[in-house]
Amino acid sequence: MFKYLKQLTSLVAMVAVLFTFTTESMAAKKSKTLKNTQKKGFVRCGVSQGLPGFSNADAAGNWTGVDVDVCRAVAAAVLGDANKVKFTPLSAKERFTALTSGEIDILSRNTTWTLSRDADIGLTFVGVNFYDGQGFMVRKSSGITSVDQFKNGISACTNIGTTTELNMRDFFNSRGISYEPVAFEKADEVVAAYDAGRCDTYTTDKSGLAAQRTKMKNPDEHIVLPETISKEPLGPVVRQGDSVWEDIVRWSLNTMIEAEEYGITSANADSMKTSDNPQIKRLVGAEGEMGAAFGLDNEWNLRIIKQVGNYGESYKRNIADTGILPDRGPNELWTKGGILYVPPSR
Amino acid sequence: MNFKLKDIGPQLMTVIAVVLVFGFFTYNAQVNMESRGIDFGYGFLSQESSFDVQFSLIEYDGSHSYFRAYLVGLLNTILVSVIGIIFATILGVIVGIARLSPNYLINKFAAFYVEFFRNIPLLLQIFFWYFAALRALPLPQDADAIFGIAFLTIKGLYVPAFIWQNFNIFFYSIVAAIIAIIVIRIQAKKLQETQGKQTPVLLISIGLILILPLISFLIGGVRLSFEVPVLKQLATTSFIYEGGVSLPPELIALALSLSLYTATFIAECVRAGIQGVGKGQKEAAASIGLTQNQVLKLVVMPQALRIIIPPTTNQYLNLTKNSSLAAAIAYPDLVLVFAGTALMQTGKAIEIVSITMFTYLSLSISISILMNWYNKKIAITEK
Repeated sequence: MFKYLKQLTSLVAMVAVLFTFTTESMAAKKSKTLKNTQKKGFVRCGVSQGLPGFSNADAAGNWTGVDVDVCRAVAAAVLGDANKVKFTPLSAKERFTALTSGEIDILSRNTTWTLSRDADIGLTFVGVNFYDGQGFMVRKSSGITSVDQFKNGISACTNIGTTTELNMRDFFNSRGISYEPVAFEKADEVVAAYDAGRCDTYTTDKSGLAAQRTKMKNPDEHIVLPETISKEPLGPVVRQGDSVWEDIVRWSLNTMIEAEEYGITSANADSMKTSDNPQIKRLVGAEGEMGAAFGLDNEWNLRIIKQVGNYGESYKRNIADTGILPDRGPNELWTKGGILYVPPSR
Repeated sequence: MNFKLKDIGPQLMTVIAVVLVFGFFTYNAQVNMESRGIDFGYGFLSQESSFDVQFSLIEYDGSHSYFRAYLVGLLNTILVSVIGIIFATILGVIVGIARLSPNYLINKFAAFYVEFFRNIPLLLQIFFWYFAALRALPLPQDADAIFGIAFLTIKGLYVPAFIWQNFNIFFYSIVAAIIAIIVIRIQAKKLQETQGKQTPVLLISIGLILILPLISFLIGGVRLSFEVPVLKQLATTSFIYEGGVSLPPELIALALSLSLYTATFIAECVRAGIQGVGKGQKEAAASIGLTQNQVLKLVVMPQALRIIIPPTTNQYLNLTKNSSLAAAIAYPDLVLVFAGTALMQTGKAIEIVSITMFTYLSLSISISILMNWYNKKIAITEK
């Protein structure tokens, strides 16, 4: 009995190996990450430990958010199913090590694109899925309405290992204000400490402030100050050294943004195949060979739009409808007064 | 030489295996770092750190180097460990003796304390003291003064700062008192051994350590004044205290939870040590006419300490290593400052983690050496 079982498993394994060899294209051979992902059957995605609107798990363990949708888009493109993603919640401190050590293949965790991160530590940023900037939150009762009212001795709660820590220093130094930085590893601990009154202000990216505000005991008691003290372009990151995988993630994100530009949504994507506009046809896999270079079939982008939706749908579902940031601000298409502008898929 | 292959063979193989394993890991790390374009090197230590730290024993801000940030973290780790070890030892000894008390209430209370605190994970206790206990503390503007000079608030403990005049004279008077005490102790011991005379060493010591500094105040021109913290308003509902010394709540919560937790283990060591001394020893000591105090000091404790010290050393080491849980509550220790923020800003994971590991190793070994030295000192010397 066991003898046969053993033979059977080796036969299955052989068939499987043969199958992967025959279906594998040149690009897939070049991209170790793509090959491994297809072999495993899921995309390994690093996300935050809970930031509503960006990456947040509900009670049942379902992840939602605009950062989550980037990983889902990649899963739809390379595996054909947006649900085939394994999410790994990471603290700010852990995130880059998890990516460079190969524990995850995409880091989509409200991460700011900076020169030193891109150049120094073996990472490659593939694009921007949210334009943000650092701000401050204070208690309404404090009467503070502008950062100009900050005084010497103010204590500021924040996360460790983020650009926030550096910006905060630049900001207070340039204004000659002495401050007490109180830096925690987890965002939940920052919120708890600030909420308890340990700090006078809580500082992080404005989107983060808006999202964390919803977690406070009484959100109405807190306001986000109008000033923005830094540029924080947030986007997905991959390991350096696998340019095919880098391209797949980049163009998965670009597809979502471009689909919005051309009015392609999850609902009408199939009908767009017969559109007169060749650019639209290329975006739904009805014209050209847009997937071959990645080692993917021709409908990879159609699957992204159908299963995840375009960028606008993702934003509305995760950030606008949840009341976090109803106004898209800079994260509007360039055609509508925002700064979202991606290279064309052709 | 009568080396035999059978003797050194297994050892040689072990050494080769260890070298090979290390070699493999080093090679593997090198190849992977190269393929991902990550440089290896410790040059970053001299670069500007550009982040601030909440609490530091030495002068530091973001314009100092990463090495300076490392020192800040290291000193903070040592600070909380030393405070923790002192309080854990005091509390542990008291509770350990209390567990042997014939008084039912004291005995049971001590037993309850030990079982309660050692069976709850330390991280939970840290969270409890920081988040639960901290939330119960008043805001600075609502805080009541302790003895009119200190304030315990959600933002920390504010105590008066000492302002000294002619501090060096005061310092010398203390040193002189300590030297005098040591000399008197040696003399007293000699007197006891040669003539059998007892000297009240403790009383004389206490007298000296009080009187000499007092003299320095009276005729040495030493003056001490206090700077009491004063409430300052930052905004309508936001206040802090200025002046004096402020201890961050993170330090208090961490030191408190570390001492309460480790004290339970030390208490058990103390109990084991005292119970490990045979009943016959005490009876024999009593029968030759030693008083109750002399029995404890001359017969029981010297033997009990030999049992207490080695396991207590382990507890000191545990406490030092457990202090790395500080990262959870924003106490800027070595792990939070160096293996946290500095690692993130530089991305030098292997370098920083290796330095951090080596530092903890050195700290632990130093404590070990110190405690082993003490253990040897109190061990029975065969005459």
